[in-house]
Amino acid sequence: MNNLLKNMTWLLIAVIGAAGVGGIALNRGEQINALWFIAAAVCVYAISYRFYAAWIAAKVLVLDETRATPAERFDNGRDFIPTNKWIVFGHHFAAIAGPGPLVGPTLAAQFGYLPGTLWILVGAVLGGCVQDMVTLFFSMRRDGRSLGQMARDELGPIGGAAALIGTLAIMIILIAVLGLVVVNAMKHSPWATSTVAATIPIAMIVGLYMRSIRPGRVLEASALGFMLLLLAVVAGGWVDHSAALRGLFDHEGLPLAWMVIAYGFAAAILPVWLLLAPRDYLSTFMKLGTIILLAIAIVLLQPMIKMPALTQFIDGTGPIFGGKLFPFVFITIACGAISGFHALIASGTTPKLLSNERDIRMVGYGGMALESFVAIMALIAASVLEPGVYFAINSPAGVVGKEAVDAVAKISAWGFPVTVEQMQLLASQMGEATLFARTGGAPSLAVGMASIFGSAFGEGMLALWYHFAIMFEAIFILTTLDAGTRVGRFMLQDMLGNLWPRLGETSWTPSVILTSGLVVGAWGYFLYIGVIDPNGGVNLLWPLFGIANQMLAAIALCVGTGILIKSGKLKQAWITGIPLTWLVLVTSTAAWEKIFSEDKRVGFFAAANDMAVKLAAGALPPEKAAIAPQLIFNQHLDAWLTIFFVATLWVIVFDMLRVSARHLTGKPVPPVSESPHIPSRLVEEYARD
Amino acid sequence: MNTVKRALKRLWCTIRRLSGDDAYERYVAHHAAHHPDAPPLSRETFFKQWQDDKWKGVKRCC
Repeated sequence: MNNLLKNMTWLLIAVIGAAGVGGIALNRGEQINALWFIAAAVCVYAISYRFYAAWIAAKVLVLDETRATPAERFDNGRDFIPTNKWIVFGHHFAAIAGPGPLVGPTLAAQFGYLPGTLWILVGAVLGGCVQDMVTLFFSMRRDGRSLGQMARDELGPIGGAAALIGTLAIMIILIAVLGLVVVNAMKHSPWATSTVAATIPIAMIVGLYMRSIRPGRVLEASALGFMLLLLAVVAGGWVDHSAALRGLFDHEGLPLAWMVIAYGFAAAILPVWLLLAPRDYLSTFMKLGTIILLAIAIVLLQPMIKMPALTQFIDGTGPIFGGKLFPFVFITIACGAISGFHALIASGTTPKLLSNERDIRMVGYGGMALESFVAIMALIAASVLEPGVYFAINSPAGVVGKEAVDAVAKISAWGFPVTVEQMQLLASQMGEATLFARTGGAPSLAVGMASIFGSAFGEGMLALWYHFAIMFEAIFILTTLDAGTRVGRFMLQDMLGNLWPRLGETSWTPSVILTSGLVVGAWGYFLYIGVIDPNGGVNLLWPLFGIANQMLAAIALCVGTGILIKSGKLKQAWITGIPLTWLVLVTSTAAWEKIFSEDKRVGFFAAANDMAVKLAAGALPPEKAAIAPQLIFNQHLDAWLTIFFVATLWVIVFDMLRVSARHLTGKPVPPVSESPHIPSRLVEEYARD
Repeated sequence: MNTVKRALKRLWCTIRRLSGDDAYERYVAHHAAHHPDAPPLSRETFFKQWQDDKWKGVKRCC
C-alpha cells in the first residue's frame, strides 16, 4: 500500500512535469503563465534526482556508505571536517551559484523563451548535475584532489597542463565579461554607481568588525553589513536627487572601466580579511535571500510570459549577440545548464567536508539542480518584460542606433512594438535617466525583478527595487571578480615559481604586485576593449566565455569518462560520455563559426577584415577610425584564443581516448589513483539518526 | 510550542554553522578531543588563521 502510494506520487509528479514541459513547448500564440515554468522545472529535477541520480549513485559510482571519507580519515578541524549534509549542501551551493546563471539566460532570451528553458532543464539533469556529482565523487575517493591533479594522475601530464591553462584562461575572460556587465549597469547612473561604490567601505567596516572589534562574530558583522547595504540603496536615491553629488557618480563607460580595474588590483593585493572575506559574506547572504524572495514573488504573482516562444533571431541576426540558435544558445547558457567551473569547486573544498559517501547525490546532483532553477527564474524575469522593452534595454547602440527614436523604430520594425515614451516612463519609474543600450543582462534582469517584486510587495518602490537588484548583482559580480583575480594570481605564482622560486612565494610583496598586475592587466585589457567596442563587448566576450567554460566542463567530463572506463565501467561510461560528446560538438561548431564565419557579427576574422576594409576606404567616422586598429587587433586576438581553446579541448579528448583505448587493449596506463578502502567509524551514528 | 522552539533553535544552529559563526566553538571542541595536552588558540588568533586558510583555493564560481 505504502509502495503504491509512493509510486502514485511519482506518477503524479511525472504527469505534472510532462504537462508543464508540454505546455511550454506546444503553446503557440497564447500567453503562458510563469508558474508552468516553475512546475515543469521542479518536476523535471525531482524525477531525475529520484531516479537518474539514484541509479548513478547505486549502479555506476556504487557509493559505499561504510567507507570512510577523507573528512573522517584526515579530520583536522580545519579543512577536513565531517559535516552534516545540509551544511555541505549550503556551502557547495553558495560556492557554485554566481552571476553566471543570471546573465546567460537573460541574454539567450533573444531567441525566445523556449530554447533557453529546454536547454537549462535537459542540460542540467543529463549534463551539469552529472558532471558535478561524478567530479565530486572521484575527488572524494582521491582525498579531495583538484581537477588538475586528477587529470594529471589519471590521464597524464598533457591532460593536467590543459586543465591548468584552461582554468586560468576562463578566469580571465570571465572576470572581463562580468566587469563589463557591472560597467554597463553603472553607466550614467549616479544611483547605481554610488550604491555599488558604497559596498566597498561597507565591506571594509564588516571586515574590521570581524577581525578586530568582535573577532569571529560572523553573523553579527553580516547583519550590520546587510543593514548598511540597504541604507546604501536608499542613500543612492538621495545622491541621485542631489545636484551637487550627482556629478561625482555620473560617468561614461570608460572611466568606470578604469575604476573597476583599479578596484580589482587593490582587492587582489589587500589582505583577504579587509575586503574579500567580508564582501563574500554579504554577497552570500544577499544571493540566498534574493533568490528565495524571487521564487516567492514569482509563485505569489504568477506573472505572464510576454516573450514569444521563438523569435526570428534564431537565424543568427540577433541584436544582443550574433549567431544561430545552434550552437550559440548552448554556449550562451553555460552556468545553469552545465558549467565547467563547478568542477573546480566539486574537486577541492566540498569533498573535504562530506561525512558520508551517500551525501554525494544530494550535494553534487542536488546542488546543481538548484542552480539550474536559479537560471530558470532569471529566464522568467527576462521573459515577463515586454519583448520590445527587453530588446530596447539590451540592444547595443551600434546595432539599433544611438538616438532613442532610431532605436524604437528599428526594434518596432522587428515586430516588438515599443515607444520612446514607454521607455522614458520605465526609466523614470526605475530612477534612471535612460535604459537604452544597457547590454549585459543586469539592467534588464533588474527591471524584470523590480516589476515582479514591485507587483508582489508594493508598486510604489520600483526605483528602490531596481537599485536593490542592481546592487545585488553587482555585489556578487565584484566578489567573483576579487576571488577570481586572487585565484588567478595564485595560479600564476605557482607557474612562475617553476622559473624562479621566489616568484612562487605567495607572501613576497614584489611577486604579489607583479602577478596581481599581470592578471588584472589581462582581464582589464578585455574589459577595456569590451567597453570601447561600439557593438557592445558582450557580443565579443560572452561567446568566448561560454566556449571557455564549456571547454573546462569537457575537461572534467573527460577525466570522469576516463576514470569510469579505467575502472571497468565501459558500459556505463555514457553517463559522462553523452554530455561530453554534445559539448565537444557544440563547442567545436561554435568555435568554427567564430573563426570562419563570413558574417561580421559572428566571425572574428570577418569582423576584422570588414573593419580594415572600411578603415582603408576612409568610410569610418573619425571617432571610430581612431579606435579601429585596436579593435582589429583584438578581433585577431580573440580568434586565436578561440583556436587555442578548441585545440586544448581536442588535445584532452584525444588524450582520454588514447588512455581508454590502451586500457581496453590491455596496454599499461596510469593506474587508478583511488585511496584504499578504510571502513567508516561514523556509520553507527548514521544508523541511529 | 516546544517543537517550534526546537525547530527555531535548529535553524539558528544551521545558520551559525553555515556562516562559520560557531567555527571557534567547534575548533575548541575538536581541540579538547584530539589534543587535550596543549592549550587551544585564542579566539582572535584562531579566526585569523581560519579566515586566511579559507581563501587559499578556488572559493567562488561564476
